[in-house]
Amino acid sequence: MTAYLIRRLVQAVLILLGVSLITFFLLYALPADPVRQIAGRSATAETVENIRRQLGLDQPFVVQYWRYLTGLVQGDLGRSYLQKTDVSTLIAARLPATLLLMAGAIFCELMLGLTMGIIAALRRGTTTDNALMITSFIGVSAPQFVVGLLLLYVFAVKLGWFPIGGYGTFAHMVLPSITLGILGSGWYSRMMRSSMIDVLRQDYIRTARAKGLSRRRILLRHALPNAILPIVAMIGIDIGIFMGGIVVVESVFGWPGIGQLAWQAIQRVDIPIIMGVTLVSACAIVLGNLLADVVTPFIDPRIRVR
Amino acid sequence: MTDANFPEIRQRGTLARLAQRKLALLGLFLIVLTVGGAILAPYLTKYGPEEQLFDGLTIEGAPLPPGGEFLLGTDLLGRDLLSRILHGARTSLIIGVVANGLALIIGTVVGVTAGYFRGWIGSVLMRFTDLMMAFPALLLAICLAAIFQPSLWIVAMVIAIVNWVQTARVLYTETTSLAEREFIAAERALGAGHMRILFLHILPHLVPTIIVWGTLGISTTVLLEATLSYLGIGVQPPTPSWGNIIFENQTYFQAAPWLVFFPGVAILVLALSFNLVGDALRDVLDPTQRGRD
Repeated sequence: MTAYLIRRLVQAVLILLGVSLITFFLLYALPADPVRQIAGRSATAETVENIRRQLGLDQPFVVQYWRYLTGLVQGDLGRSYLQKTDVSTLIAARLPATLLLMAGAIFCELMLGLTMGIIAALRRGTTTDNALMITSFIGVSAPQFVVGLLLLYVFAVKLGWFPIGGYGTFAHMVLPSITLGILGSGWYSRMMRSSMIDVLRQDYIRTARAKGLSRRRILLRHALPNAILPIVAMIGIDIGIFMGGIVVVESVFGWPGIGQLAWQAIQRVDIPIIMGVTLVSACAIVLGNLLADVVTPFIDPRIRVR
Repeated sequence: MTDANFPEIRQRGTLARLAQRKLALLGLFLIVLTVGGAILAPYLTKYGPEEQLFDGLTIEGAPLPPGGEFLLGTDLLGRDLLSRILHGARTSLIIGVVANGLALIIGTVVGVTAGYFRGWIGSVLMRFTDLMMAFPALLLAICLAAIFQPSLWIVAMVIAIVNWVQTARVLYTETTSLAEREFIAAERALGAGHMRILFLHILPHLVPTIIVWGTLGISTTVLLEATLSYLGIGVQPPTPSWGNIIFENQTYFQAAPWLVFFPGVAILVLALSFNLVGDALRDVLDPTQRGRD
């Protein structure tokens, strides 16, 4: 187990190294010149050259990448070209908002998805089952910005139940969390349904029924825990799906997280911020996958034998 | 004779079983409807998609709500929304087919090569695939779209670069297990070259998987294109795309919700249709799923 963990950790570090190289290469290749943006239109050629030298942008690719990498190891993500602040500071300031939104989204997708999946499994083959499965398909096919805008229109503009956007209170959290969670709830309901159907087929369920236990007790004590556990281990993988979604959801709702930060940086060609957010997201994804791989054997001892 | 008949029977079985699934038929119907609408767009509407109509705005300059002369209303510039949505279907379908086709080709080449040859080629290819998995697809697409000047074909390429990974992983796993089967070893013993084995014996077995992932992939592609265009870095106006219709009009959406609702529903319906058909295909084509509900 320890050897497995170490191998996985080394793999994760290598992947992150690769991610940093690719992001750096992509943004190095970016045709839009950040120096022009900083200097403004009226700057003389000399000022432009000075700024370029100050930022180290006149150095060759390898030198720039090496400098970036050595900084990275020390937790330095570089400085924003336009905001004149450390990228790590900017990201750290906005990370709590994003994590809060993700927590809300995980809550929503689990509540919606697991409930739908369990009901569908118990009512298997009925109209309820079919209706729930169509709903789950709609969930995974709905573009998040459309869901967000329509929820805003109905519940904020027309009904006035929630604020139109922004950050601060619990009410601000509801609509963005639902928007971000709907996609995952579609996947979870389908996985929960098939997991539950598999468990209900097992011999020990038949034994429990034969013992004369109540349907309620069989479901709550025997079937549900076994059906839910493998699915909960998937939450780690979800983080990757969220990382793309936050850019859209945060910009629709004006939620001040790292997604919005990235989005604003892209419009202003603020390369260090874009790279910082991409790296942080990749870290989250790699960690999430690692977590899913490490947690699963603990939850299900059968997998540990390998 | 029996050999020649076998694929035919199997194919009829596949189609017949597909036809039994109401949801798949619904999806197929909606796809045909969208394709029809896209092809016949110029004949179905009175106005061009980029035509700014004099009577397309109220006297105050606001867009017209659905109904009357303009079935789905008009947008901020007084253009007929129905015409823009129908022409936007072309954009979605072109990108859906081109980007997804490219992604499928890249994914198949990478997955099959890695799975068949294994060794260092396989390792390098699969580690690279792992690397791509660590990128949030949307964020990577945004970076790429920001680098290149966005146009229809660039957007298709960006989506392909982001979307081949899943296919490669699935095909890799299938190819590795196929390559170890006895009929492949027998073929090799008979002196068949790599190309012969790959094209005559490996690829045909992968066709069902490729079809399934190809169909499901169109749905992902349509959603990604819409999202990029919504963020303003996808297909550029005035060329209509369902995503950029919403992008152009969202500042006004509180007063004119139809400008978000109709294109939004169009994206949802198209993505949903391909998901429904793809899911049914997976059930029908995958023998391990047979006999389940």
